[in-house]
Amino acid sequence: MSLASYAARRATLGLMQVLAVVTLVFFLVEALPGDAAVALAGDSPDPARIAQIRAAMGLDRPALERFADWLTGLPRLDFGESLVSGRPVAQFLSAGIGPTVVLAVLTLLLLLPISVLVGVLAALREGSLLDRALTSVSVALHSIPEFALAVVLIAVFGVQLGWLPPTAVGADVLAEPAVLVLPLVVLLARPICSISRLVRAGMVDALASDYVRHARRLGIGETWVRFAHALPNALAPAVQQVARTTDWLLGGVIVVEAVFVIPGLGTVLVDAVAARDLPVVQGLAVVFAVTTVAVNLLADLVGFRLAPRAEVVV
Amino acid sequence: MSLNRRGFLGLTSGLAVVTLAGCGSNATSASSTPRTGGRLRAAFAGGGAKEVLDPHLANLFVEAARSKAMFDKLADLGGDVSPQPRLAEKWEPNADLTRWRITLREAVFHDGRPVRAQDVLASYARILDPNRAFRAKSSLALIDLPNSRAVDDRTVEFALKRPFAEFPNALAAFGAYIVPEGAEDFTKPIGSGAFSFVSFEPGRSVLLKRNPAYWEGAPLLDELEFVIANEESARTNALLGGQVEYAHDLTPTTARSHASGDRMTIHRSPNSAVQAFAMKVDRPPFDNRDLREALFLLADRPQLVESVLAGSGQVGNDLFGKGYQHYADLPQRQRDLDRAKFLIRKAGAEGLVVKLDTSTAAAGMVEAATVFADQAKGSGLTIEVVQGNKDSYWADTLKNGSLSSFRSGAMPIETHVAQRLLSGSGTNVTKWARPEFDALYEKAVSTSDATARTRAYQEMQRVLHTEGGYLMWGFADWIVGAKPNVGGISTAPANTLDWARFDKVWLG
Repeated sequence: MSLASYAARRATLGLMQVLAVVTLVFFLVEALPGDAAVALAGDSPDPARIAQIRAAMGLDRPALERFADWLTGLPRLDFGESLVSGRPVAQFLSAGIGPTVVLAVLTLLLLLPISVLVGVLAALREGSLLDRALTSVSVALHSIPEFALAVVLIAVFGVQLGWLPPTAVGADVLAEPAVLVLPLVVLLARPICSISRLVRAGMVDALASDYVRHARRLGIGETWVRFAHALPNALAPAVQQVARTTDWLLGGVIVVEAVFVIPGLGTVLVDAVAARDLPVVQGLAVVFAVTTVAVNLLADLVGFRLAPRAEVVV
Repeated sequence: MSLNRRGFLGLTSGLAVVTLAGCGSNATSASSTPRTGGRLRAAFAGGGAKEVLDPHLANLFVEAARSKAMFDKLADLGGDVSPQPRLAEKWEPNADLTRWRITLREAVFHDGRPVRAQDVLASYARILDPNRAFRAKSSLALIDLPNSRAVDDRTVEFALKRPFAEFPNALAAFGAYIVPEGAEDFTKPIGSGAFSFVSFEPGRSVLLKRNPAYWEGAPLLDELEFVIANEESARTNALLGGQVEYAHDLTPTTARSHASGDRMTIHRSPNSAVQAFAMKVDRPPFDNRDLREALFLLADRPQLVESVLAGSGQVGNDLFGKGYQHYADLPQRQRDLDRAKFLIRKAGAEGLVVKLDTSTAAAGMVEAATVFADQAKGSGLTIEVVQGNKDSYWADTLKNGSLSSFRSGAMPIETHVAQRLLSGSGTNVTKWARPEFDALYEKAVSTSDATARTRAYQEMQRVLHTEGGYLMWGFADWIVGAKPNVGGISTAPANTLDWARFDKVWLG
């Protein structure tokens, strides 16, 4: 199968997956106790007032009709309007995507070189003190939950030493990059371990493989063997993990956003679900589903290129 | 959210204690002389991008604080939660309390137009629009708008549908702000408040600047910025890290660990939020008066205040509005396990298991329910705590169950009764519906005789104290943290005029 027709088939499948996700999300949110009117009325739940809010929001129309309405806007990329504020959903998405993408891209830019380097170093010195030290440190970092690491980093570097801003409250993340340092460290801590371990394992396997032995017999230089022959094969399994990490990052890591006050997609999602603001939740579902499908497709294509003999699961 | 709040707070406060151990106790006091200038950044919890600047839609604390900075009401609530004139210079009812003549203060909107009687009528007409659902609507519903009129530019005459002595309470209702006539677009709001609008990023920040022409005198601050941090720990950290000067709504745990430090000053507003359990008196088992009294006697209030509120509060006496105007100072109820046991036996409720509905919809409710269930052990009655969905909690417990956690912010005692304790009340969670009680309320609000009114309020509260459905065990302090150099922060109860009132605040 050619790369192009493979990509086309996967894209069609992806479109169907996105539709399935948004349908499922709509009915799951509908099934949650309470609707936007109940959530908005809060601690003054006068039934007469809730009925008025419901009418004002158009929630008195049947669920299927509202879903159909929303779906017909989708091809025009019209995500509808927030029930609570009346602002277009697209505004919510564009506001949340900025900080989330900035964080995700910066994390990946640091994550890839660091984890590949750590994995390769550990594999080349397999069993050495360096290997064991790198393994211990990365596994130790991996075992700390994000929020715990975040709390400790904030208490030490943000509050006690005062070296870095403890939160990103009210800040524009691009204008004040210092606010991103602590969140980046927290976001990097766990993926560095999972990816470098995969690179290390892949590299150890590759260095012990027949083709590497054959390349060495042919008299090809050791550096060339390691980095041009062994490494690409070693990276193929890690690519899938990078895809999963990318997807996780682009979904807005809620805990990190909450602790550091970064108004990304995760925060928008939590707020929208709490308010039962269905059109906003739906818009986010589209974004998350498209991201997941696209990232995984990209990962498979990259994997296909790195190790063409590997069978690709279709 | 996957964040475990309790574990998280425990960890942060633990670290904070370690942090503070290194600091000396050279606490610098807030500068005592007011100064002008500077930008104050205030961190509040927000509602994300769904936040609005339309003051009539205000719902969250941050929206209330922003509305207060940019707009005025005709009246607002003072420290004893009684109405104080604001844009209204004075109010004069006619003899039968059905027509109220309001004289407006000389004030101008931010665009220079004067505040006129027509603006007042248009604002109230907008709130009362039958097709909309503004929060202040029920409070203003007794105004007969078609028969109300602007006498001249600075005089409004309101016609009421019935005699109502407490009409100024309605003028002070949550969200009853005066906006310019015809205002519908609030992307760049124009009000008559102490600060005028500069910029707004939903879910992130609102920037305001001093209104030099404010009728009560220009604020001291040059600029006021509201920033959003939903997690309490984030607000605390932002304050400690110097990113904000004011952090709204902190927990008693934070207050306790930072009270003696020099990095933040803790401001407590007593009597801000009542903490209670609501028994539904229209259904078993709490239709039995003895059982309600047994529950009153089972509560160990000092222990609840100490454990749930970490000492930041006072015990309650099953009556709303401690320290407010018209509050009845009856003898404080104490725990009496023996009498409670006797009453439970008398009610035939021995061995009964009662479900106590609660949720995390308000801070401390689950903890209070758990502690209370523990206090009921050994009484013959078993209380089983059931945790429900927090987003629909208030609507759920209004209809269902027989015993639930309850809390409420400050409002006049009259409003509390009108909204929750009359046959026709919209949020009558205890299902207290008694014609003779309704009649007492009618008497209180339709007489112009202040003594008779006070007597009626006392009588209503006596009945509620004896056999009502609310077990009000405590009043939580509202806790705000600020940099030590911030002066002029009032400790009036949350939701009243002086709470979050930044025109009186200065940076030393």
